[in-house]
Amino acid sequence: MATATTSEKAKQKSDIFLKYLRPRKGMPSVWCAGCGNGIVMTAIIRAIDKLGLSKDNIVMVSGIGCSSRMPIYLDFNALHTTHGRALPFATGVKFARPDLKVIVVTGDGDALAIGGNHFIHACRRNIDITAILINNNIYGMTGGQGSPTTPSAAFSTTTPYGNAEKHFDPSALAAASGASYVARSTVYHATAMEKLIGEAISHRGFSLVEAVSNCHTYYGRLNRQGDPVTMINSFKEKSVQVTKAKKMSPEELKGKIVIGKLHEVDTTEFCDVYQSTVDRLDGRK
Amino acid sequence: MTDAGISNKADPLSKPQSKYDYSKGPEPLEINMKWCKACNICIALCPKQVFEPDRDGKPVQARPENCTQCTICWVHCPDLAITSNYK
Ligand SMILES: Cc1ncc(C[n+]2csc(CCOP(=O)(O)OP(=O)(O)O)c2C)c(N)n1
Ligand code: SF4
Ligand code: SF4
Ligand code: SF4
Repeated sequence: MATATTSEKAKQKSDIFLKYLRPRKGMPSVWCAGCGNGIVMTAIIRAIDKLGLSKDNIVMVSGIGCSSRMPIYLDFNALHTTHGRALPFATGVKFARPDLKVIVVTGDGDALAIGGNHFIHACRRNIDITAILINNNIYGMTGGQGSPTTPSAAFSTTTPYGNAEKHFDPSALAAASGASYVARSTVYHATAMEKLIGEAISHRGFSLVEAVSNCHTYYGRLNRQGDPVTMINSFKEKSVQVTKAKKMSPEELKGKIVIGKLHEVDTTEFCDVYQSTVDRLDGRK
Repeated sequence: MTDAGISNKADPLSKPQSKYDYSKGPEPLEINMKWCKACNICIALCPKQVFEPDRDGKPVQARPENCTQCTICWVHCPDLAITSNYK
């Protein structure tokens, strides 16, 4: 009888992927072999499965980029929008249907270059949206141009002699702009990422999970970091838990990736405030 | 699993390291060879050296008795190609 239960369990387990992937759509994905986008996708699947949310109550919104192709594979309500504009579309969806869980998947170029303004204002409003920002430090889809998170001195096709600019810290930017939950993880820390994504989805207000990921095809190749395994292992070496980072000096933290829950505040959420304004005006009539 | 000449027999010198007994049931993991892109992540990250690459670079469970069901390979597979038969 033991084998029967084992194979039943196996079926349930493999069903978790089949349950959340669109039937007949696209797997294997278009992503390069070893691309971190897929690791983030499985973390999202497991987080949502653990929360026990109905697929029909989830809307996944994305812009344009390799990372933004994720809603094509996942069987939720989906909006694959224009470059940089995932957050405005998601704001509209959430505003019209506050009962739905709205999740945005975006890249560092999508969210912070062309979509930079939308990003800070979504944070400022503290609207109940979960943004998962896959930060691979480069524009993957269009061939490795520098993005706002390409580190100083790093190489990309548009910074062939080393980046002269400084880079954004997406998590710090979000926290400073008013996001009420901010966390960071890397594709090496996939189980921690799953937990943080679950917390972010449960959080009421604007939540950001920065998922540090590997684009070995462009960033790795141009910066001599080689294959996906080398890059993923380098995230392990560079990462510092937030509790430990608090005791470290800025010099010690140079080049490190601080991971964990970075910021959480309890504050009013945009749809709630709007609804209470409507109720107040209704009562006055 | 079909393989490229890799023996599935346990190395007589190494004791099985896992509390799971795979001798009666299926292999520890189910690998979807159609989705696998041979990225090498599972093979490199497995702490128990369960896998060997086949001639295309895709993982073969060469030392299944070592598998502790630690989750590392399947949470890191970017192509959703690995699921456990036991967990
Ligand atoms: C309005 C507009 N400008 C430019 C582009 C070209 N474009 C497509 S994806 C992309 C960058 C994507 O980079 P990122 O958001 O970091 O995603 P990744 O591919 O790295 O996952 C650009 C510039 C576009 N599609 N639309
Ligand atoms: S180009 Fe980079 S980001 Fe795009 S799929 Fe390939 S590895 Fe991933
Ligand atoms: S579950 Fe752990 S021990 Fe088993 S094959 Fe995967 S990584 Fe190796
Ligand atoms: S991690 Fe997945 S895609 Fe990569 S080699 Fe292993 S099974 Fe294949």
